[in-house]
Amino acid sequence: MSGKLDDYLRVNETAINLRAQRQQLLASNIANADTPNYKARDIDFNSALKSALDRSSPAANALSKTDPAHLDASASSSAATDGSTILYRTPTQPSADGNTVDMDIERNQFADNAVRYEAGLTLITGQIKDMLAVIQG
Amino acid sequence: MSLTNIFNVAGSAMSAQSQRLNTVASNIANADSAAGPDGQVYRAKQVVFQTVPMGSNEASGVAVQQVVEDNSPPKMVYDPSHPLADAKGYVAMPNVNVVEEMVNMISASRSYQTNVDTMNAAKTMLLKTLTIGQ
Repeated sequence: MSGKLDDYLRVNETAINLRAQRQQLLASNIANADTPNYKARDIDFNSALKSALDRSSPAANALSKTDPAHLDASASSSAATDGSTILYRTPTQPSADGNTVDMDIERNQFADNAVRYEAGLTLITGQIKDMLAVIQG
Repeated sequence: MSLTNIFNVAGSAMSAQSQRLNTVASNIANADSAAGPDGQVYRAKQVVFQTVPMGSNEASGVAVQQVVEDNSPPKMVYDPSHPLADAKGYVAMPNVNVVEEMVNMISASRSYQTNVDTMNAAKTMLLKTLTIGQ
């Protein structure tokens, strides 16, 4: 049963984790707006979510057990980004000091990501309420 | 917890920007200081920022790597009555460019404000997260 509950919440949980990590990346970009040679970084949310879901789904990580004492192999969905999914921005207006942070883009994405994060929270709260309604009748 | 790390990132940037603002204040205040504590003319100072990793792969903060002095020659002002004037009547004045310092000041203060906004947004998101399921 708990496996089904996990499956039920997995998509939103992974998405929220990914949003939080993206928010961290964008905050780093904003913080380093004046650091020479800093390259702005971001993730492609769609493909990152896809690969994170693939990694956390049990089917992809199923290991055959040859002994009853073996533990189930489970992948944690908390490590949503594995480093390879982090990309660098292509600057539209390169600056002389090698910094590629465009403050307009970063602020825009930061606000957008924050709203989508809160939307994710609202969705998962709704799911929990639905499940409670089912349990309590 | 990724969101709490934003406090560290934005905090490091605020600390670095305030240090930059400090050197700007020092430069503007000493724009006319013909002699420093060592008897030499004051030289404009600049901070050098550097990216520092903050715990995880995603987060990188800012630190002041070093404070460098501007090595351009001091402004020579003709004022024979000045006690520090040389044999030809010239006094060495600081190489502070006040216009540059004002631009630096506005840039530092804007960056500081942006990081305050970042921190506030992260705080709102964290508080909202605590209400999951309510």
